[in-house]
Amino acid sequence: MNLGDSKWPLVRQLLGTDYLGLGKASQSNNSTKLRPRTEEADKVVPSICPYCAVGCGQKIYVKNGEVTQIEGDPDSPISRGRLCPKGSATKQLVTGSSREYKVKYRPPYAKKWQELDLDQAMDMIADRVIETRNETWQEQGEDGSPLHRTMGIASLGGATLDNEENYLMKKLYSGLGIVQVENQARI
Amino acid sequence: MAECHPVGFQWVMEAKARGAKVIHIDPRFTRTSAVSDLHVPIRAGSDIVFLGAIANYILSNGKEFRDYVVNYTNASVIVGDDFQDTEDLDGLFSGWDEQGCRYDPQSWQYKGTEVPASAGNREVKGASGGETHGAHGGKLSTEEPPETDPTLEDPRCVFQILKRHFSRYTPEMVQEMCGISRELFLEVAQALVENSGRERTSAFCYAVGWTQHTVGVQYIRTAAIIQLLLGNIGRPGGGIMALRGHASIQGSTDIPTLYDLLPGYIPMPHGEKYSLEDFIKENQANSGFWYYMPDYLISLLKAYWGKAATKDNDFCFDYLPRITGDHSTYQSIMGMIDGWVKGFFVIGENPAVGSGNSKLNRKALTHLDWLVVRDFVEIETAAFWYNSPEVQDGQIKSEDIGTEVFFLPAAAHTEKDGSFTNTQRLLQWHHKALEPKGDARSDLWFYYRLGEIIRQKLKDSTDPKDRAIKELAWEYPKEGLHGDPSAEAILREINGYDAEGKTLSSYTELKDDGSTTCGCWIYSGCFGNDENKPAKRVPGRDQNWVASDWGWAWPANRRILYNRASADPEGKPWSARKAYVWWDEQKSEWSGYDEADFGKTTPPSYRPKEGTKGAEAISGTEPFIMQADGRGWLFVPNGLRDGPLPTHYEPQASPFDNSLYSQQANPVRQVFYRKGNKYNPTFGEEGQGAFPFVMTTYRLTEHHTAGGMSRFLPYLSELQPSFFCEISPELAQLRGIKNGDWATIISMNASIEARVLVTDRLAPLKIQGKDLHQVGLPYHWGTEGLSKGDSANDLFALALDPNVHIQEVKAATCDIRPGRRDKGKALWNLINNKDNSVANDSIEDK
Amino acid sequence: MKLTTSDPSKVAGWNTNQPRMGFFTDTSICIGCKACEVACKEWNQVPEDGLNFLGSSYDNTGSLSANSWRHVAFIEQKTQSQKQLSDGIKDSGVRWLMSSDVCKHCTSAACLEVCPTGALFRTEFGTVVVQSDVCNGCGYCVSACPFGVIDQRRGDGRVWKCTLCYDRLKGGLEPACAKACPTKSIQFGELDDLRVAARKRLEVLEASGETKAQLYGDDEKDGVGGFGAFFLLLDEPQVYGLPPDPISATNDISSEWKSAGKAALALLGSILLTVGIKK
Repeated sequence: MNLGDSKWPLVRQLLGTDYLGLGKASQSNNSTKLRPRTEEADKVVPSICPYCAVGCGQKIYVKNGEVTQIEGDPDSPISRGRLCPKGSATKQLVTGSSREYKVKYRPPYAKKWQELDLDQAMDMIADRVIETRNETWQEQGEDGSPLHRTMGIASLGGATLDNEENYLMKKLYSGLGIVQVENQARI
Repeated sequence: MAECHPVGFQWVMEAKARGAKVIHIDPRFTRTSAVSDLHVPIRAGSDIVFLGAIANYILSNGKEFRDYVVNYTNASVIVGDDFQDTEDLDGLFSGWDEQGCRYDPQSWQYKGTEVPASAGNREVKGASGGETHGAHGGKLSTEEPPETDPTLEDPRCVFQILKRHFSRYTPEMVQEMCGISRELFLEVAQALVENSGRERTSAFCYAVGWTQHTVGVQYIRTAAIIQLLLGNIGRPGGGIMALRGHASIQGSTDIPTLYDLLPGYIPMPHGEKYSLEDFIKENQANSGFWYYMPDYLISLLKAYWGKAATKDNDFCFDYLPRITGDHSTYQSIMGMIDGWVKGFFVIGENPAVGSGNSKLNRKALTHLDWLVVRDFVEIETAAFWYNSPEVQDGQIKSEDIGTEVFFLPAAAHTEKDGSFTNTQRLLQWHHKALEPKGDARSDLWFYYRLGEIIRQKLKDSTDPKDRAIKELAWEYPKEGLHGDPSAEAILREINGYDAEGKTLSSYTELKDDGSTTCGCWIYSGCFGNDENKPAKRVPGRDQNWVASDWGWAWPANRRILYNRASADPEGKPWSARKAYVWWDEQKSEWSGYDEADFGKTTPPSYRPKEGTKGAEAISGTEPFIMQADGRGWLFVPNGLRDGPLPTHYEPQASPFDNSLYSQQANPVRQVFYRKGNKYNPTFGEEGQGAFPFVMTTYRLTEHHTAGGMSRFLPYLSELQPSFFCEISPELAQLRGIKNGDWATIISMNASIEARVLVTDRLAPLKIQGKDLHQVGLPYHWGTEGLSKGDSANDLFALALDPNVHIQEVKAATCDIRPGRRDKGKALWNLINNKDNSVANDSIEDK
Repeated sequence: MKLTTSDPSKVAGWNTNQPRMGFFTDTSICIGCKACEVACKEWNQVPEDGLNFLGSSYDNTGSLSANSWRHVAFIEQKTQSQKQLSDGIKDSGVRWLMSSDVCKHCTSAACLEVCPTGALFRTEFGTVVVQSDVCNGCGYCVSACPFGVIDQRRGDGRVWKCTLCYDRLKGGLEPACAKACPTKSIQFGELDDLRVAARKRLEVLEASGETKAQLYGDDEKDGVGGFGAFFLLLDEPQVYGLPPDPISATNDISSEWKSAGKAALALLGSILLTVGIKK
């Protein structure tokens, strides 16, 4: 055994090459073993930054079902691995403590949120849509022209979503006769 | 651009290092200005004067790229004899209907043509350009303009009309109206002209600083005119780049969550007794790619209603709901207050902070029966009922708000498959990395599941109105822990497939007989051969600079639109330096670095025969294949509500007279005189002096739009922890405000408080001989999250562009005072006092 | 031109062929986006540093600290060359300097030399790193640093600073800040190469009339033997809040020898202390 590699710093300093004890001899066990945590990822998933419309490439590192790092994808001809402060904060966006994971429900005139089961919430929302649609349905205009719609329901959002999501939204709304569909694109 | 799109800005920095000149025009000296060659401070709201003066500079000095202009634009077209310009009518165009506050575009037509039926009828119904034509511009009643003058000398040709129209947009006018010296203006104009032509191109980049005006569309039009005159469209290094702020804001326009459009810019049908055939007749063009509109529409109807859509029932065309005018979000929120909108879905958006007159938006929420908010965090739009500024100030109590609120946590992009379309029309796939936790779900899951439940509940309904939802094609394979519908299966439907279920490789394969299905024709090809092309990731370094094998751009993976214009009429590159696509005589096809945005084998020499339709009706020298005449439109004969040419009008609220015309503001802007939407008096109105300063809103690098994705993050919040305003040392001294202190910004609509940055970066300007101070307001803040503050959008009463209904929040008037705003009653008293001071025509006018 | 960057890792006992690695921060192309600050924090899991509005241009970080290992300074200047144009109208007359500050990873690093526990050490890359599993929070290094970089974390007591992403370097990756930097204002690489690039860049700027442009920390004869993380500034260092002539208390290489005995004794002491506690 080379005593210069001893686990004891003093021994390393006195018998190794780091006579000053400022470098190799002082390297701690942790430092010796240190590796980038991305090397331990179970998988690396290619992705796209969710903030603005530049569309920078991202790599998502996942270990044990948790995101351990998100950084730029050097392969992207758009971003070449770089990210702005928002893109660089993406891990905090998706894992941060402000994120909500439970449905919250506020009955009319209530002063506090209540808990609500997701399935029940979905069922209630479906009932609200059906009821409002029934109440506000316009089959024809005053001049007899076809309308086939409800003006009782509006929707706002889409610019932060996927194309496929926008597609299903517009398709469902069109099927339900909801025309007041808008998003950030002209706001 | 450095502020809001730093990573995109790397290319500007690289170009600069290679000798490009970077000019930044902005009321504020920003992080972009800091690294630009030239910063030009401008009065917010005066850009058409500036841009119009550049157009004038080009035209009056003969600096246009003549070969490009004559061949590729409508410069040579003779306009009808009835057309009268703002030059003739002091700020109005011919066709003005004073009573109806609208234009009849009949007199704007090319000589010898008429307004296509669709345009005129729709205008009567109060719909706008976009609603009548999708987003593909106006129609023409003939394929080719009947009369042209290639010498561009006929006084009635577009080129000469343009010349006259912009003649009063002089450097002197720029100085008077924009606060930019003659010399500085000329420096910009010369730089632009010298860097355009055969050998060189210049690009414009803009964001909502140009669009959020009552003349927003015409701002962009003015830039388009400049770029067409200089030959900077369809060529590498040219163009007008919209820098969009949300990951898929382009996608949500292409596959629209917008009221007036169907996927692929097909217009929504209007409430009229017409059949599929009538609709097609009105919206199909004879020439160009809109001739194939029936293929696109019927394939879409097949995607929506599947087997139920047959030739016999007009492919369920009657199932589509009809629009009857402007149904944009501001109409909806007023509908909430007026009681006819009862339910509201808010999906990844935060109108309580981000929409114009955010205060009115919050008020609207209190009037709803029910509200569904889907987001990562509890944004202001979800918390309005217990923590809005109005609740905090005691103006309204929680127990008096009857809105039932459902907050549903959303899955992040890491937790779902899907594609974003970036600002350059590039589709890029993001792969699911892990399952969302708890109740968090993708929006795909939410809408699919909601549809399933509603259809289940209505399955026994015999009500005819339920047929459209019952027969909707709503079967998708499910996957993952939560049974998300497969995003790839949906992309496949968007791409389209034939009767055998085989994916289509291009929109040119679409048919109008019901044998093809396609959810969005412009995206057709993105899933050709069952390959997910948005997921393609050949590293940039392994490709040429166009990088066609990274993601997929619509249409047909073309990276620069109208790139036929990168070659001269004979098909040769304008110059070796700027070669992009060109006609290859040997192969008899267009070749180059990119896919040609043109008939692959249509030679430059091709001339259509009389009566030819569709793509074949576009000659080999007409690059603008989506336009009915294949030309770039300097002059827009129809499709716009506020005129065929851009004209400077002052903002809704301005401290200045319009020096150009008697017409002060855009005559067809949308305004709403109602409670909760109070306009500041403008120039010439009593009390204007109470609001002597101009305010403008903007974003910061450290935050994202209305803050839902940034103010809740410690690492971003600490970088910009507080709402602040920016003012000049001169204004600070005038009002007795100190750096770092609080100040209150006041409009008729609201009063808000902000910390203060006193900075030379917001220099006072000299306008019409008077000092003008501008107040800068980043708009990200609200009551929730880690970094909190008042919402700048509270200050702005809604005044909208008439074409697209975007709100004017980039220029209005205000006052600013030292100290924090009053709370509760005192706040309302302050605004009421302002009201009184307006009535008394305050002496604040400096 | 072959530069002769002294390689402190050799003195520190690393007999490897690993060249000295470092940062060159070219402030002339910094856009002040602060991606470096965030990328650093995300990678190194550095805590949030307080939500304080400082009223100091766009800088709300204030300074480097235990919880901010990159700090972008914003300096607003009225320019000398303010163009006076007609009618009293002038151009902005403003210059906005931005610079991402970081630990300098000095060739002669006082922090390292005064550290009694061996918590601070010189890595094989020539960088200076605090080892959190060794640091006992004595704070000697804090006053030794001529730049005020090293700082104790409240509630923790230990000192924290830029490691030049030691863990990433060991895996062949570049530091998080340099990777994220949108304009490559922060460049990472072999110090010799960076110095060549920096001098070329300086020539370009000088030729374009940037009369005050200068390299900061490029001179091996300076008070700390040159920086492992050096800068191209557009004005005097003090304009950016940087000391114009930083001096290490023990600035020649022999001093490292002199301190050897002390360090060895301190190491011995800490071992004995540990043993003592264990018993």
